[in-house]
Amino acid sequence: MTMAPKLTKHPWHEFWAGARQTIPLIIGAIPFGIIFGTLAQSSGLSFGGAMGMSAIVFAGSSQFIALGLLAADTPIGIIILTTWVVNLRHLLYAVSLVPYVKHLSQAWKLPLGFWLTDENFMVAIQRYRQDDPSSHKHWFQLGSALAMYASWQFCTLLGLTLGQSIPNASAWGLDFAMVATFIGMTIPYLVSRPMVATVVTAGITALLARGLPHQLGLLVAAIAAISTGILVENYLEKRHD
Amino acid sequence: MTNEILLLGGMTFVTFLVRYPLLAVSGRITLPPKLLQALNYVPPAVLTAIVVPIVLIDGDTLWFGVGNPRLIGALVALGIGLWKKNLLLTILVSMGVFLLWQTLFS
Repeated sequence: MTMAPKLTKHPWHEFWAGARQTIPLIIGAIPFGIIFGTLAQSSGLSFGGAMGMSAIVFAGSSQFIALGLLAADTPIGIIILTTWVVNLRHLLYAVSLVPYVKHLSQAWKLPLGFWLTDENFMVAIQRYRQDDPSSHKHWFQLGSALAMYASWQFCTLLGLTLGQSIPNASAWGLDFAMVATFIGMTIPYLVSRPMVATVVTAGITALLARGLPHQLGLLVAAIAAISTGILVENYLEKRHD
Repeated sequence: MTNEILLLGGMTFVTFLVRYPLLAVSGRITLPPKLLQALNYVPPAVLTAIVVPIVLIDGDTLWFGVGNPRLIGALVALGIGLWKKNLLLTILVSMGVFLLWQTLFS
Protein backbone atom coordinates (compact mmCIF):
# COMPACT_ATOMS: atom_id res chain seq x y z
CA MET A 1 0.00 0.00 0.00
CA THR A 2 3.04 2.27 -0.04
CA MET A 3 2.81 2.97 -3.73
CA ALA A 4 5.40 5.71 -4.03
CA PRO A 5 4.89 7.71 -7.21
CA LYS A 6 7.95 7.23 -9.34
CA LEU A 7 8.77 9.39 -12.31
CA THR A 8 9.96 6.52 -14.43
CA LYS A 9 10.40 7.49 -18.02
CA HIS A 10 11.70 4.29 -19.55
CA PRO A 11 9.08 1.63 -20.46
CA TRP A 12 11.10 -1.14 -18.83
CA HIS A 13 11.35 0.81 -15.58
CA GLU A 14 7.56 0.86 -15.53
CA PHE A 15 7.45 -2.83 -16.43
CA TRP A 16 9.69 -3.91 -13.56
CA ALA A 17 8.04 -1.49 -11.15
CA GLY A 18 4.70 -3.13 -12.04
CA ALA A 19 6.12 -6.58 -11.42
CA ARG A 20 7.65 -5.50 -8.09
CA GLN A 21 4.46 -3.84 -6.83
CA THR A 22 2.62 -7.09 -7.53
CA ILE A 23 4.86 -9.23 -5.30
CA PRO A 24 2.70 -8.90 -2.15
CA LEU A 25 -0.36 -9.88 -4.17
CA ILE A 26 1.47 -12.83 -5.63
CA ILE A 27 2.31 -13.99 -2.11
CA GLY A 28 -1.39 -13.74 -1.30
CA ALA A 29 -2.28 -15.83 -4.35
CA ILE A 30 0.39 -18.55 -3.99
CA PRO A 31 -1.67 -20.78 -1.66
CA PHE A 32 -4.62 -20.46 -4.05
CA GLY A 33 -2.65 -21.60 -7.07
CA ILE A 34 -1.16 -24.53 -5.17
CA ILE A 35 -4.51 -25.60 -3.74
CA PHE A 36 -6.08 -25.36 -7.20
CA GLY A 37 -3.40 -27.71 -8.57
CA THR A 38 -3.81 -30.02 -5.61
CA LEU A 39 -7.59 -30.31 -5.95
CA ALA A 40 -7.71 -30.44 -9.74
CA GLN A 41 -7.08 -34.10 -10.29
CA SER A 42 -9.34 -35.32 -7.52
CA SER A 43 -12.09 -33.19 -9.07
CA GLY A 44 -11.79 -35.04 -12.34
CA LEU A 45 -9.55 -32.69 -14.33
CA SER A 46 -6.48 -34.16 -16.04
CA PHE A 47 -2.97 -32.81 -15.48
CA GLY A 48 -3.04 -31.12 -18.87
CA GLY A 49 -6.57 -29.86 -18.28
CA ALA A 50 -5.54 -28.21 -15.02
CA MET A 51 -2.42 -26.59 -16.50
CA GLY A 52 -4.43 -25.55 -19.54
CA MET A 53 -7.14 -23.98 -17.41
CA SER A 54 -4.59 -21.86 -15.55
CA ALA A 55 -2.88 -20.99 -18.84
CA ILE A 56 -5.82 -19.95 -20.99
CA VAL A 57 -8.73 -19.21 -18.63
CA PHE A 58 -6.51 -17.60 -15.99
CA ALA A 59 -9.25 -16.63 -13.55
CA GLY A 60 -8.66 -17.98 -10.06
CA SER A 61 -12.08 -17.86 -8.44
CA SER A 62 -13.92 -19.27 -11.46
CA GLN A 63 -11.31 -22.02 -11.78
CA PHE A 64 -12.07 -23.08 -8.21
CA ILE A 65 -15.80 -22.99 -8.79
CA ALA A 66 -15.35 -25.04 -11.96
CA LEU A 67 -13.51 -27.71 -9.92
CA GLY A 68 -16.35 -27.86 -7.42
CA LEU A 69 -18.93 -28.16 -10.20
CA LEU A 70 -16.88 -30.80 -12.05
CA ALA A 71 -16.63 -32.88 -8.91
CA ALA A 72 -20.44 -32.68 -8.66
CA ASP A 73 -20.84 -33.88 -12.28
CA THR A 74 -22.35 -30.58 -13.44
CA PRO A 75 -23.03 -30.28 -17.19
CA ILE A 76 -20.31 -28.33 -19.04
CA GLY A 77 -22.77 -25.68 -20.23
CA ILE A 78 -23.69 -24.81 -16.65
CA ILE A 79 -20.00 -24.59 -15.65
CA ILE A 80 -19.33 -22.20 -18.53
CA LEU A 81 -22.39 -20.08 -17.66
CA THR A 82 -21.30 -19.94 -14.02
CA THR A 83 -17.79 -18.90 -15.09
CA TRP A 84 -19.29 -16.03 -17.06
CA VAL A 85 -21.39 -14.78 -14.15
CA VAL A 86 -18.54 -15.14 -11.64
CA ASN A 87 -16.25 -13.14 -13.95
CA LEU A 88 -18.75 -10.37 -14.68
CA ARG A 89 -17.02 -8.17 -12.11
CA HIS A 90 -14.22 -7.74 -14.66
CA LEU A 91 -16.64 -5.49 -16.58
CA LEU A 92 -16.24 -2.99 -13.75
CA TYR A 93 -12.46 -3.26 -14.07
CA ALA A 94 -12.50 -2.92 -17.85
CA VAL A 95 -14.73 0.15 -17.80
CA SER A 96 -12.47 1.69 -15.13
CA LEU A 97 -9.48 1.22 -17.42
CA VAL A 98 -11.17 2.76 -20.49
CA PRO A 99 -9.84 6.32 -19.98
CA TYR A 100 -6.28 5.04 -19.51
CA VAL A 101 -5.95 2.56 -22.36
CA LYS A 102 -8.01 4.25 -25.08
CA HIS A 103 -4.92 5.56 -26.89
CA LEU A 104 -3.28 2.11 -27.07
CA SER A 105 -3.26 -0.18 -30.11
CA GLN A 106 -5.23 -3.44 -30.16
CA ALA A 107 -1.89 -5.24 -29.94
CA TRP A 108 -1.71 -3.83 -26.41
CA LYS A 109 -5.38 -3.97 -25.47
CA LEU A 110 -5.75 -7.63 -26.36
CA PRO A 111 -3.07 -9.00 -24.01
CA LEU A 112 -3.96 -6.48 -21.29
CA GLY A 113 -7.54 -7.71 -21.55
CA PHE A 114 -6.55 -11.36 -21.44
CA TRP A 115 -4.38 -10.81 -18.34
CA LEU A 116 -6.89 -8.63 -16.49
CA THR A 117 -7.43 -10.09 -13.01
CA ASP A 118 -8.47 -8.73 -9.62
CA GLU A 119 -4.86 -8.34 -8.55
CA ASN A 120 -3.66 -6.89 -11.84
CA PHE A 121 -6.46 -4.32 -11.87
CA MET A 122 -5.94 -3.22 -8.28
CA VAL A 123 -2.23 -2.57 -8.83
CA ALA A 124 -2.58 -1.03 -12.30
CA ILE A 125 -5.40 1.38 -11.46
CA GLN A 126 -3.34 2.84 -8.62
CA ARG A 127 -0.52 3.55 -11.06
CA TYR A 128 -2.82 5.02 -13.71
CA ARG A 129 -4.38 7.38 -11.17
CA GLN A 130 -1.06 8.82 -10.04
CA ASP A 131 -0.61 12.37 -11.28
CA ASP A 132 2.79 12.11 -12.93
CA PRO A 133 2.79 12.49 -16.71
CA SER A 134 4.50 9.17 -17.60
CA SER A 135 3.21 7.92 -20.94
CA HIS A 136 4.30 4.36 -20.23
CA LYS A 137 1.92 3.39 -17.44
CA HIS A 138 0.55 0.56 -19.56
CA TRP A 139 3.99 -1.03 -19.29
CA PHE A 140 3.44 -1.02 -15.54
CA GLN A 141 0.18 -2.92 -16.03
CA LEU A 142 1.92 -5.37 -18.38
CA GLY A 143 4.71 -6.02 -15.86
CA SER A 144 2.18 -6.66 -13.12
CA ALA A 145 0.14 -8.93 -15.41
CA LEU A 146 3.08 -11.07 -16.47
CA ALA A 147 4.35 -11.45 -12.91
CA MET A 148 0.88 -12.59 -11.81
CA TYR A 149 0.50 -14.91 -14.79
CA ALA A 150 3.91 -16.56 -14.41
CA SER A 151 3.42 -17.16 -10.70
CA TRP A 152 -0.09 -18.60 -11.25
CA GLN A 153 1.27 -21.14 -13.75
CA PHE A 154 4.13 -22.06 -11.44
CA CYS A 155 1.85 -22.50 -8.41
CA THR A 156 -0.60 -24.63 -10.39
CA LEU A 157 2.30 -26.87 -11.41
CA LEU A 158 3.53 -27.04 -7.80
CA GLY A 159 0.07 -28.08 -6.65
CA LEU A 160 -0.24 -30.71 -9.37
CA THR A 161 3.12 -32.25 -8.48
CA LEU A 162 4.27 -31.60 -4.91
CA GLY A 163 0.77 -30.80 -3.70
CA GLN A 164 -0.23 -34.44 -4.03
CA SER A 165 2.17 -35.36 -1.24
CA ILE A 166 0.87 -32.76 1.23
CA PRO A 167 -1.88 -34.34 3.30
CA ASN A 168 -5.16 -32.47 2.97
CA ALA A 169 -3.51 -29.22 1.82
CA SER A 170 -6.80 -27.51 1.10
CA ALA A 171 -7.99 -27.87 4.69
CA TRP A 172 -5.18 -25.79 6.19
CA GLY A 173 -6.99 -22.54 5.55
CA LEU A 174 -4.04 -21.11 3.64
CA ASP A 175 -6.53 -19.40 1.37
CA PHE A 176 -6.75 -16.81 4.14
CA ALA A 177 -3.71 -15.23 2.44
CA MET A 178 -6.03 -13.81 -0.21
CA VAL A 179 -8.30 -12.28 2.44
CA ALA A 180 -5.29 -10.60 4.06
CA THR A 181 -4.11 -9.30 0.68
CA PHE A 182 -7.48 -7.87 -0.25
CA ILE A 183 -7.87 -6.18 3.14
CA GLY A 184 -4.41 -4.66 2.71
CA MET A 185 -5.39 -3.42 -0.76
CA THR A 186 -8.60 -1.84 0.58
CA ILE A 187 -7.00 0.16 3.39
CA PRO A 188 -5.38 2.91 1.23
CA TYR A 189 -8.87 3.80 -0.01
CA LEU A 190 -10.23 4.48 3.48
CA VAL A 191 -9.31 8.16 3.35
CA SER A 192 -12.71 9.84 2.96
CA ARG A 193 -16.22 9.46 4.31
CA PRO A 194 -17.70 8.40 0.94
CA MET A 195 -15.07 5.65 0.69
CA VAL A 196 -15.79 4.43 4.23
CA ALA A 197 -19.52 4.42 3.42
CA THR A 198 -18.74 2.40 0.28
CA VAL A 199 -16.79 -0.23 2.20
CA VAL A 200 -19.39 -0.55 4.98
CA THR A 201 -22.20 -0.91 2.43
CA ALA A 202 -20.22 -3.46 0.41
CA GLY A 203 -19.68 -5.61 3.50
CA ILE A 204 -23.25 -5.51 4.77
CA THR A 205 -24.83 -6.02 1.33
CA ALA A 206 -22.47 -8.88 0.50
CA LEU A 207 -23.62 -10.64 3.68
CA LEU A 208 -27.30 -10.00 2.97
CA ALA A 209 -27.06 -11.03 -0.70
CA ARG A 210 -24.83 -14.07 -0.23
CA GLY A 211 -27.71 -16.44 -0.91
CA LEU A 212 -27.92 -15.38 -4.57
CA PRO A 213 -26.64 -18.02 -7.01
CA HIS A 214 -23.31 -17.92 -8.88
CA GLN A 215 -21.80 -15.28 -6.59
CA LEU A 216 -24.24 -12.71 -7.98
CA GLY A 217 -24.36 -11.29 -4.46
CA LEU A 218 -20.86 -9.95 -5.08
CA LEU A 219 -22.08 -7.84 -8.01
CA VAL A 220 -25.19 -6.66 -6.16
CA ALA A 221 -23.02 -5.63 -3.21
CA ALA A 222 -20.46 -3.85 -5.41
CA ILE A 223 -23.13 -1.85 -7.23
CA ALA A 224 -24.95 -0.94 -4.00
CA ALA A 225 -21.63 0.12 -2.45
CA ILE A 226 -20.57 2.24 -5.44
CA SER A 227 -23.98 3.95 -5.48
CA THR A 228 -23.71 4.69 -1.75
CA GLY A 229 -20.26 6.22 -2.26
CA ILE A 230 -21.58 8.58 -4.93
CA LEU A 231 -24.64 9.53 -2.86
CA VAL A 232 -22.50 10.37 0.17
CA GLU A 233 -19.99 12.26 -1.98
CA ASN A 234 -22.74 14.34 -3.62
CA TYR A 235 -24.42 14.97 -0.28
CA LEU A 236 -21.17 16.22 1.31
CA GLU A 237 -20.48 18.46 -1.70
CA LYS A 238 -23.93 20.02 -1.56
CA ARG A 239 -23.56 20.69 2.13
CA HIS A 240 -20.30 22.56 1.51
CA ASP A 241 -21.77 24.77 -1.23
CA MET B 1 -10.54 -35.28 -23.34
CA THR B 2 -12.97 -33.75 -25.86
CA ASN B 3 -15.01 -32.62 -22.89
CA GLU B 4 -12.02 -30.89 -21.32
CA ILE B 5 -11.27 -29.02 -24.54
CA LEU B 6 -14.90 -27.92 -24.69
CA LEU B 7 -14.83 -26.87 -21.04
CA LEU B 8 -11.58 -24.92 -21.30
CA GLY B 9 -12.56 -23.34 -24.61
CA GLY B 10 -15.92 -22.24 -23.24
CA MET B 11 -14.53 -20.88 -19.98
CA THR B 12 -11.79 -19.02 -21.84
CA PHE B 13 -14.27 -17.56 -24.31
CA VAL B 14 -16.74 -16.23 -21.74
CA THR B 15 -13.96 -14.87 -19.52
CA PHE B 16 -12.30 -13.06 -22.42
CA LEU B 17 -15.73 -11.78 -23.47
CA VAL B 18 -15.97 -9.95 -20.16
CA ARG B 19 -12.39 -8.69 -19.96
CA TYR B 20 -11.56 -7.50 -23.46
CA PRO B 21 -14.46 -5.89 -25.44
CA LEU B 22 -14.64 -2.66 -23.42
CA LEU B 23 -10.88 -2.22 -23.78
CA ALA B 24 -11.18 -2.96 -27.49
CA VAL B 25 -13.68 -0.13 -28.09
CA SER B 26 -12.17 2.23 -25.49
CA GLY B 27 -10.85 4.57 -28.20
CA ARG B 28 -14.33 5.17 -29.52
CA ILE B 29 -16.23 5.77 -26.29
CA THR B 30 -16.16 8.69 -23.86
CA LEU B 31 -17.40 7.96 -20.38
CA PRO B 32 -19.69 10.57 -18.80
CA PRO B 33 -18.15 12.39 -15.80
CA LYS B 34 -20.74 10.88 -13.45
CA LEU B 35 -19.64 7.39 -14.42
CA LEU B 36 -15.96 8.27 -14.02
CA GLN B 37 -16.76 9.52 -10.53
CA ALA B 38 -18.51 6.25 -9.76
CA LEU B 39 -15.57 4.16 -10.97
CA ASN B 40 -13.35 5.57 -8.22
CA TYR B 41 -15.33 3.36 -5.85
CA VAL B 42 -14.90 0.12 -7.81
CA PRO B 43 -11.73 -1.24 -6.15
CA PRO B 44 -12.72 -0.90 -2.46
CA ALA B 45 -16.31 -1.97 -3.23
CA VAL B 46 -15.35 -5.20 -5.00
CA LEU B 47 -12.52 -6.10 -2.61
CA THR B 48 -14.77 -5.68 0.43
CA ALA B 49 -17.67 -7.56 -1.15
CA ILE B 50 -15.33 -10.51 -1.82
CA VAL B 51 -13.69 -10.55 1.59
CA VAL B 52 -16.48 -9.97 4.13
CA PRO B 53 -18.52 -13.14 3.42
CA ILE B 54 -15.34 -15.27 3.41
CA VAL B 55 -14.41 -13.89 6.82
CA LEU B 56 -17.80 -14.00 8.52
CA ILE B 57 -19.69 -16.91 6.95
CA ASP B 58 -18.95 -20.43 8.09
CA GLY B 59 -20.94 -23.06 6.25
CA ASP B 60 -24.17 -21.12 6.02
CA THR B 61 -24.19 -19.06 9.20
CA LEU B 62 -22.65 -15.86 10.54
CA TRP B 63 -19.71 -16.49 12.87
CA PHE B 64 -18.89 -13.43 14.97
CA GLY B 65 -17.12 -15.18 17.85
CA VAL B 66 -13.48 -14.91 18.99
CA GLY B 67 -13.09 -18.56 17.98
CA ASN B 68 -13.33 -17.57 14.28
CA PRO B 69 -9.68 -17.49 13.10
CA ARG B 70 -10.55 -15.68 9.86
CA LEU B 71 -12.27 -12.90 11.82
CA ILE B 72 -9.30 -12.50 14.16
CA GLY B 73 -6.86 -12.59 11.22
CA ALA B 74 -8.93 -10.02 9.32
CA LEU B 75 -9.04 -7.66 12.32
CA VAL B 76 -5.27 -8.00 12.71
CA ALA B 77 -4.83 -7.25 8.99
CA LEU B 78 -7.01 -4.17 9.36
CA GLY B 79 -5.06 -3.00 12.42
CA ILE B 80 -1.59 -3.59 11.00
CA GLY B 81 -2.60 -2.13 7.65
CA LEU B 82 -3.96 1.10 9.16
CA TRP B 83 -1.00 1.38 11.50
CA LYS B 84 1.99 0.44 9.33
CA LYS B 85 0.61 1.07 5.82
CA ASN B 86 2.72 -1.78 4.49
CA LEU B 87 0.97 -4.43 2.39
CA LEU B 88 3.54 -7.21 2.72
CA LEU B 89 3.79 -6.80 6.50
CA THR B 90 -0.02 -6.79 6.71
CA ILE B 91 -0.26 -10.10 4.84
CA LEU B 92 2.53 -11.86 6.74
CA VAL B 93 1.51 -10.82 10.27
CA SER B 94 -2.21 -11.48 9.80
CA MET B 95 -1.47 -14.82 8.13
CA GLY B 96 0.69 -15.77 11.12
CA VAL B 97 -2.00 -14.78 13.61
CA PHE B 98 -4.63 -16.63 11.58
CA LEU B 99 -2.62 -19.86 11.53
CA LEU B 100 -1.81 -19.59 15.23
CA TRP B 101 -5.45 -18.95 16.11
CA GLN B 102 -6.62 -21.80 13.93
CA THR B 103 -4.17 -24.18 15.62
CA LEU B 104 -5.14 -23.05 19.12
CA PHE B 105 -8.91 -23.09 18.70
CA SER B 106 -9.68 -26.03 16.45
